[in-house]
Amino acid sequence: MGEPSPVLEMTGIRKVFPGVVALDGVDFRLLPGEIHALMGENGAGKSTLIKVLTGVYDIDGGQITLGGEQVDFTGPLQSQKAGVSTVYQEVNLCTNLTVAENIFIGREPRKFGRIQWGLMRKRAAELLARLDLNIDVSATLDTYSLAIQQMVAIARAVDVSARVLILDEPTSSLDASEVAQLFTIMRRLKDDGVAILFVSHFLDQVYEISDRLTVLRNGQLIGEYKTADLPQVQLVEKMIGKELAVLEDLEDKSQRIRAKTADAAPILAATGLGRTGAISPFDLTIHQGEVVGLAGLLGSGRTELARLLFGADRADSGSLQIDGKDVTLRSPQAAMKRGIAFSSENRRTEGILGELSVRENIILALQASRGWTRPIPRRKQDEIVDKYIKALQIRPADPEREVRNLSGGNQQKVLLARWLITEPRLLIIDEPTRGIDVGAKAEIQKLVAELSDGGMAVLFVSAELEEVLRLSHKIEVLRDRRLVEELENTEGVDADRIMQTIASGATQ
Amino acid sequence: MTIIKHRLFWPSVILVALLVVNMFTANQFITVRDGHLFGVLPDILRGSAPLLLVALGMTLVIATGGIDLSVGAVMAISGAVACLLIKDLGNQNAVGSVLLIMAVAIGASLLLGLWNGTLVAVVGIQPIIATLILMVAGRGVAQLVTDGQIINVQSSPYAAIATGHFLSVPIAFLIAIAAVVLTVLLTRRTALGLLLESVGGSPTASRLAGIRARRITIMVYVVSGGLAGLAGLIYSANIKSADSISAGNLIELDAILAVVIGGTALIGGRFSIAGTVIGAILIQALQVTVVAVGVPSKATLLFKAVIVVALCLSQSTTFRQKVFGRFKSRPAVTAEVPA
Repeated sequence: MGEPSPVLEMTGIRKVFPGVVALDGVDFRLLPGEIHALMGENGAGKSTLIKVLTGVYDIDGGQITLGGEQVDFTGPLQSQKAGVSTVYQEVNLCTNLTVAENIFIGREPRKFGRIQWGLMRKRAAELLARLDLNIDVSATLDTYSLAIQQMVAIARAVDVSARVLILDEPTSSLDASEVAQLFTIMRRLKDDGVAILFVSHFLDQVYEISDRLTVLRNGQLIGEYKTADLPQVQLVEKMIGKELAVLEDLEDKSQRIRAKTADAAPILAATGLGRTGAISPFDLTIHQGEVVGLAGLLGSGRTELARLLFGADRADSGSLQIDGKDVTLRSPQAAMKRGIAFSSENRRTEGILGELSVRENIILALQASRGWTRPIPRRKQDEIVDKYIKALQIRPADPEREVRNLSGGNQQKVLLARWLITEPRLLIIDEPTRGIDVGAKAEIQKLVAELSDGGMAVLFVSAELEEVLRLSHKIEVLRDRRLVEELENTEGVDADRIMQTIASGATQ
Repeated sequence: MTIIKHRLFWPSVILVALLVVNMFTANQFITVRDGHLFGVLPDILRGSAPLLLVALGMTLVIATGGIDLSVGAVMAISGAVACLLIKDLGNQNAVGSVLLIMAVAIGASLLLGLWNGTLVAVVGIQPIIATLILMVAGRGVAQLVTDGQIINVQSSPYAAIATGHFLSVPIAFLIAIAAVVLTVLLTRRTALGLLLESVGGSPTASRLAGIRARRITIMVYVVSGGLAGLAGLIYSANIKSADSISAGNLIELDAILAVVIGGTALIGGRFSIAGTVIGAILIQALQVTVVAVGVPSKATLLFKAVIVVALCLSQSTTFRQKVFGRFKSRPAVTAEVPA
């Protein structure tokens, strides 16, 4: 059977942001009547590609053909007119308006300038009925669940222009039955000949719904595959990629320290700790001087788990013991008081304070724990800050420089310094090496190893398996917001082994 | 070159320019008469005291990313409470009693600030709405206190805080300067300033750094309330009466303007107390100048608007680049390496 000609074809797409190539010669095509998954880790270029397709970004190279004609989108409205509609993760509708109003907003059926409300409601109901959705279209949108809202958004998108539909993480806030409902609708649209581009971090869903998939990594096209022909393990491999070991001297370190930490007292022990909608109840013990790695894909619950241990979010089930005593962490301060530090994965929004200087950013957590009435004397500040700028090789080595002017790697080091000066016993670092250059990455990994040698416990969260394997004594594997397996990092454990767990979810 | 780029350069230039204009137009710019400083300059400094106090509190509130619209109403309540109590004194000139009464009025203002802070930080209402409540209701409270009347007092110690002199300098200005010095000490000698800027810069990041943002937010509204109360006393002492309707009327807008002219961004974060001082005095100088140069009263608001627009443009980087940028080679932009 010959393939139908693609409705959308992108060739050699190149998009450059200052200092980084987000898309480097990427090809992508969508056939009519298919569901096509776009896969890749965070920063792989998925969202950039979508934004190029929807006209949010201009391209720096390559061309886009839609229905055989070359197009050059200069804005989202244009791409919408050409037949490309997008439904984002957060529903972009007005929840205070009715379902019918939401579907027809901006293009209401009119007669002599007057909106024909009756006709509008009738057409909205018909449209939804085609998607097997029989709801009251004159009720406001906020009376319906998020899943229904999402489907209304899809109905609107399809009605506006029915050639290409982009669904960006539509399932991330839906439960299993809602996902099933969404998939029914997607299949129906597919049968109608709509080309659907589907983005999801849930592998099971991708395998359930998609016909073909395209994998991106670091802005480059890895390949286009028939979903049925590509086993999950291979897909994960392609998404994550294998990286050269940057630090060979760390190789056997974990085994070496193993003996030492085995009989150390546990600092922290979680029993059935969990938070509804964020992370299923899990058990976890962290010992002094131990590096515990959290592995899993984005959205697998890594960050959510880490946040519970820092009191950034409150657990709603289970219990937590620190130094053998039951505690409830109600706030980050409570965790800090017990010697826990947490450096967030969102460096820019939850980590650095861009306007403030390197010095101020470094002393912030220590100052916060002392309270505002007991300022750290300036001389002491300079002393500490100078020491850490040297120790972590923060560049430029100017304590009064605004942090926003530093590179990502140096900002990360500033954050590490912020927590190290509080002398924590357990350091939780979430994606410390994401988006930073190889040199800085190696330095940070080395630092983690040294800290652990010095007796500090580290919970190391990273999407990069090589890195987790290199540093951790113990690896916790997460999948679909559940801790599925705990692995001692011994001889037999390698990336393949972890990928298998991530891909299959099998607990062995 | 560097001095021109300083964000307080243009406000300072305009302030000096206004003062120079006054030097030529006023009969007396500054002189000593009856052992007091006398003339336009001391008048400007004296007159700027209430605005300066209010703007000072506003600076801290704005640094946290909030806003306090209730300052005018707090001024009215504070003046009303003070005048009501002074009127009932056996001897209105008893210094001790008057001081005590002023303390009571300021205490009441601090409580009003606590109310604002609680609404914002504990209940979680948006600052503009939370303080709008007191802005509207507060004037009503003040009118209740004064029973809808204007209460006149004949207390020379009370009047002294507005019109008196100490070491030939207007006491009102000295009070304002003392408040400035105290605020600088409070924010820069402790870690409060840093934590404030952190909370204003990013509440999320601050929380994750272990900062008790809630306490700090409440505190700035309390300080703002107290300073507004003090401003209300000076205002009412100046007219020797409590006027619930016009006391501090629209002063919140002038205060916000003073803060913005002083280079503190409305979105919160970095704040500049020195900038606010320049901003407040500049606004007062502008008001005096408008009268002094004989701008027709119909055109005063327009005149003021033109100056303010010019000022804001001078501080806008985009505008400066558009107007002056093309004449010079641009300095290399320190590009941030994206993640």
